[in-house]
Amino acid sequence: MTEESPDIDTRNIDVSAQHADVAVADAPLLRIEAVSKKFGSFLAVDRLSLDIKAGEFFALLGPSGCGKTTLLRILAGFETPDEGRILLGGSDIAPVLPHERPVNMMFQNYALFPHLSVRENIAFGLKRAGMARAAIDTRVAEMVALVKLEGMEKRKPDQLSGGQKQRVALARSLARRPRVLLLDEPLAALDKKLRESTQQELMELQRRLGMTFIVVTHDQEEAMTMASRIGVMNAGRLEQVATPRDLYEAPASRWVAEFVGDVNLFDGDVTSHEHFRLVVATRDGGNIVVVEPRQVVTKSQVSVAIRPEKVKMSRRGSTPDAAGSQAINRLEGVVTDVSYLGGSTVYKIQLDTGAVVRSSVANTTRLDTDACSAGQRVVAWFSPDDCLVLER
Amino acid sequence: MVRQVNRMSPFNVTSLVLGLAFLYLPIVILVIYSFNASRLVTVWGGWSLRWYFEFFNDRAMLDAAWMSLRVAAVSATIATLLGTLAAVGLARGERFRGRALFSGMLYAPLVMPEVISGLSLLLLFVALNAERGFWTVTIAHTTLTMCFVTVVVQSRLASLDRSLEEAAMDLGCNPVQAFIRVTLPLIVPAIAAGWMLAFTLSLDDVVIASFTTGPGSATLPIRIYSEVRLGVKPEINAICTMVIALIAVVIVIASLASKLSSTQGKSAAPL
Repeated sequence: MTEESPDIDTRNIDVSAQHADVAVADAPLLRIEAVSKKFGSFLAVDRLSLDIKAGEFFALLGPSGCGKTTLLRILAGFETPDEGRILLGGSDIAPVLPHERPVNMMFQNYALFPHLSVRENIAFGLKRAGMARAAIDTRVAEMVALVKLEGMEKRKPDQLSGGQKQRVALARSLARRPRVLLLDEPLAALDKKLRESTQQELMELQRRLGMTFIVVTHDQEEAMTMASRIGVMNAGRLEQVATPRDLYEAPASRWVAEFVGDVNLFDGDVTSHEHFRLVVATRDGGNIVVVEPRQVVTKSQVSVAIRPEKVKMSRRGSTPDAAGSQAINRLEGVVTDVSYLGGSTVYKIQLDTGAVVRSSVANTTRLDTDACSAGQRVVAWFSPDDCLVLER
Repeated sequence: MVRQVNRMSPFNVTSLVLGLAFLYLPIVILVIYSFNASRLVTVWGGWSLRWYFEFFNDRAMLDAAWMSLRVAAVSATIATLLGTLAAVGLARGERFRGRALFSGMLYAPLVMPEVISGLSLLLLFVALNAERGFWTVTIAHTTLTMCFVTVVVQSRLASLDRSLEEAAMDLGCNPVQAFIRVTLPLIVPAIAAGWMLAFTLSLDDVVIASFTTGPGSATLPIRIYSEVRLGVKPEINAICTMVIALIAVVIVIASLASKLSSTQGKSAAPL
């Protein structure tokens, strides 16, 4: 899928509350039209189209080599697309050289100028723009305060920690007040704790400035936390463009379902179709009943996808679990592996057919005397509402 | 910074001493004999600065020394200019056709026997009917030393992050401004090191200079060489000692400069 699909399955999804703060303009600020880029015989970006609205925090998510960084570099002007157009505020920016684009980029390794101080790094772009000295001083002070680097102005980049360098790079790319800020893996070089707090700061900053951010990342958690919309890229194409919630709960393809989060997949054929329910005969899980998806399933060969946290689990033979015993979709098997992850525990259940189903159970109490252990026979069950039907 | 105490084994100490003695004993003897009071080169006659004074009164020797310094300074400057441009072209230019051939050709003088370079230059100057003198030696030395500058500058450029230039362009520099404001300040120490390397190479060259020099424009090494053929005068020892001192100073500065270049800003105090 190369553009945002209006017919995406949005059951149970409340988009409005989550992203009410995003300013919605009618015309997109940035329009990418059928852009292609080849390196030799390798097609890095393949007829990709995308609209980005003003004030949006957009994330390009994808595995390495999917073309997301190339797309970002095309937007910055470091690569020229072989085909297609890029419109910024309605005008084509293809002939505009990088130094004349109202777009700034924050580089993955920050690319701070080692011979210049923090102050000079931030002022660099302002001097080139021919700003008056006093105005530059004011703007630099404002930027330094914005990224909380007061007192560091005279330091050289080598005297800064990783987190401080990241802030200088951010301040430097924001100083010129670009219409679009491009961020190439902005948090990849930071450790986990710092990354989490910096994510919050970036979101806060973007909201405060009302600027359009496009961030490239391979970290889906990062993309989901920060972005209001995510474009998932694979092999130079956009697989899906959606809100984080849609991406997870209503993936457009089997590839997206597998790439974003963890998923159990059952391949099978649609056998019956009545009362808004489909019955899929699967090789590994028997007949699975699913709620009919909004988009029409045209092929009979499908995959049923179910997220591990939506697979519930009951011990067989214990006190009868009302919900479990009456569930429509029931799979019996033996627990083969228990991974305790702190907040949740992931159980691997080997079904009698040989297939493995993962079930993630939230650890809601400190002492779980009822926990399953390896070797126990269990029933895994799930609701038809939680299943997704994806065409193969 | 904590200095690491590293005890050397007797074997290491011995091999180090032997190696250094092999390299420097002849030079040490030369330096000591330059302070010899005796007229005979091999007989020690007590300490004296006599031969140094002799040199400063030897008009022909002084002219040759002045010639050498001028040739070295001018050829090093031209070689640095051309060599830096070649390095930038090779490291930053698009992958043009024949790039590998071009860089290979650039490095040829590094391995070419000097006799061949000297002879070919001589043939060229004769064919052009150029009068041999200061400029022919200078041009010859430029071709010899340019590739050394290119090697030094190119290795520095290769280690420089390309995204620095992209960041400069992103922040409003055109490619030329990006080079002047970001790349150049970061490679200046390497350029300086290249200049000093070229200077010392020119200063001690005798083969190429002997092919390309003309009457009345002998460089110092050629002058020394022709004097020695008539018998070694103690004055030569004094001149050689001064040349060694000059080259040592330049080499030390050059290595300090390239060290500064590779650790730009990294020696700063930890937080």
